[in-house]
Amino acid sequence: MTSFQAVIQLVYVIAAACFVIGLHLMNSPATARRGNQVSTVGMVIAIAATLVLLIHYGTVKPIGWIALGAGTLIGAGIGLYSARTIKMTAMPQLVSMFNAVGGGAATLVGVYDYLHTENLPGGVLGTTTVATLLDVIIGCVTFSGSLIAAGKLQGVIGGQPIVFRGSRLVNIVLGVVLLGTAVFMLTTASQLALLVIALAALAFGVLMVLPIGGADMPVVISLLNAFTGTAVAMAGIVINNWALIVAGALVGASGGILTKLMADAMNRSIPNIIIGGFGTGDSAAVLAGPGGDAQVKSIQADDAAIQLAYASKVIIVPGYGLAAAQAQHAVAELASVLEEHGVEVSYAIHPVAGRMPGHMNVLLAEANVPYPQLVEMDEINPEFPRTDVALVIGANDVTNPAARRPGSAISGMPILDVDKAKSIIVVKRSMGHGYAGIENELYFDPKTNMYFADAKTALAQMTAAVKTLVA
Amino acid sequence: MSTALVTDLAIFVLALLVGVEVIGKVPATLHTPLMSAANSIHGIILAGAMLIGVTAGGVVGYLLAFVASLFAAANVVGGYVVTGRMLKMFRRKAPEPVPAAPAKVAVAAAAGAPSDTGNGRKPS
Repeated sequence: MTSFQAVIQLVYVIAAACFVIGLHLMNSPATARRGNQVSTVGMVIAIAATLVLLIHYGTVKPIGWIALGAGTLIGAGIGLYSARTIKMTAMPQLVSMFNAVGGGAATLVGVYDYLHTENLPGGVLGTTTVATLLDVIIGCVTFSGSLIAAGKLQGVIGGQPIVFRGSRLVNIVLGVVLLGTAVFMLTTASQLALLVIALAALAFGVLMVLPIGGADMPVVISLLNAFTGTAVAMAGIVINNWALIVAGALVGASGGILTKLMADAMNRSIPNIIIGGFGTGDSAAVLAGPGGDAQVKSIQADDAAIQLAYASKVIIVPGYGLAAAQAQHAVAELASVLEEHGVEVSYAIHPVAGRMPGHMNVLLAEANVPYPQLVEMDEINPEFPRTDVALVIGANDVTNPAARRPGSAISGMPILDVDKAKSIIVVKRSMGHGYAGIENELYFDPKTNMYFADAKTALAQMTAAVKTLVA
Repeated sequence: MSTALVTDLAIFVLALLVGVEVIGKVPATLHTPLMSAANSIHGIILAGAMLIGVTAGGVVGYLLAFVASLFAAANVVGGYVVTGRMLKMFRRKAPEPVPAAPAKVAVAAAAGAPSDTGNGRKPS
């Protein structure tokens, strides 16, 4: 290592330190913005150092500069445009797309390194190849898997679990092909084999995400996030660059932590989620429950408004339906009208509500709801017994008391104790089942009133009714 | 196994552990921003894409450099901008009331209450 390269490596260490500090500051909402700034500074330092290194080497050909310059400018433009214009309800898709391009770029770096070093004397046999192989495999799985996830979230591909006969067999075959070719490549340099591996990994990514349903998306996105980080770290090992290794490992850790949190919140193991969603296997034995002959009470805006306006404590339970109806501003308006009237309002946030970790928090933040009002599950559950009205908007399985008993598809999943509130209003478009495909016993509770409408319409009507009532 | 590879592996494992320790218990409020921030950090792959240029000589090399830098740049720029945009929305208190403020606020303001209670919200 020349002293110049040593200086560059030291600059990379500074950048890596910025990433660590930046992520640490993300532990509190008060410091999170500073964290993002620190992390940005680290990134600018690292990219600037790399640019200096390229100029110092002086081997980049004019066409190389054009390729890099054009790629960077176009990419930056696309990134900037989508980041500025994306709606907060579409955040999960965007996060998924960033996972895809990150994984894709990591793969390409590994592929290029392989093509380049293969021509050097001595080939690429041995230990260097392991990192290359992992880089290409994980990167390809992330790339195709994230594209499918984004497609599902955007609604381009059906959100329901997609399974076909023999898909498990295809997965096994792909696994064998991947492993066999990888072992082969450890002793023999072959571009064709690398191509086979890349294609098999791409197909594997598609097949991994297709059978996973919408409600499991928070787990999948977190997992793909962890994969992207790992792929980048492997690319770092391939080209022996510390900044990539550290940054990739940090992302792998953060994605891993989130994946575990999400899986715990659904009381499911990660392999169980990857293998297939609810209702696709034999596990979803539907309980007869009280659904058979029990009656459901329906309610209109005026009655709902009376209940809400005369309550002293209201807890709002948002779910994916709120995001789907883009009703975050409508719910915030209802809450502020109630608060002006002296009602205590808070929001109960289930860890897996929505389509990505923290989805509800971002939506409500966009609607100017102060974050201390958004209360996590463990903290808010003891509050339900002294709550006058629990207003459930577009949430289903995470409120189903059936989860407390064994024998149902969601048994053991931590839920919000909505049924312990003095009365319950559920805003829902129809009696349709949630993702788990079972009846929600909450709807048949004598304390529950169902308000059948689109979340946005229902909230606007309730807000208007409350306003008339208190005026 | 070369020394470089051993060093790289050591850095990887240690950074992984640092990550687990440093991120620790992130409040659910910040799960999305955390993921988004992590997303922008893996945009560091842009540095890797740029380094392709050092040895790239043929069409394939240029093409890979172009696509890799395009992907990586979209990742890094988009990631940081959207994370910043999201975090800007998170606030502890509601924004200042609009002109049509409820009477309560007017009273509080008249009583010279500190501005943080003058937001139309009941003091908790």
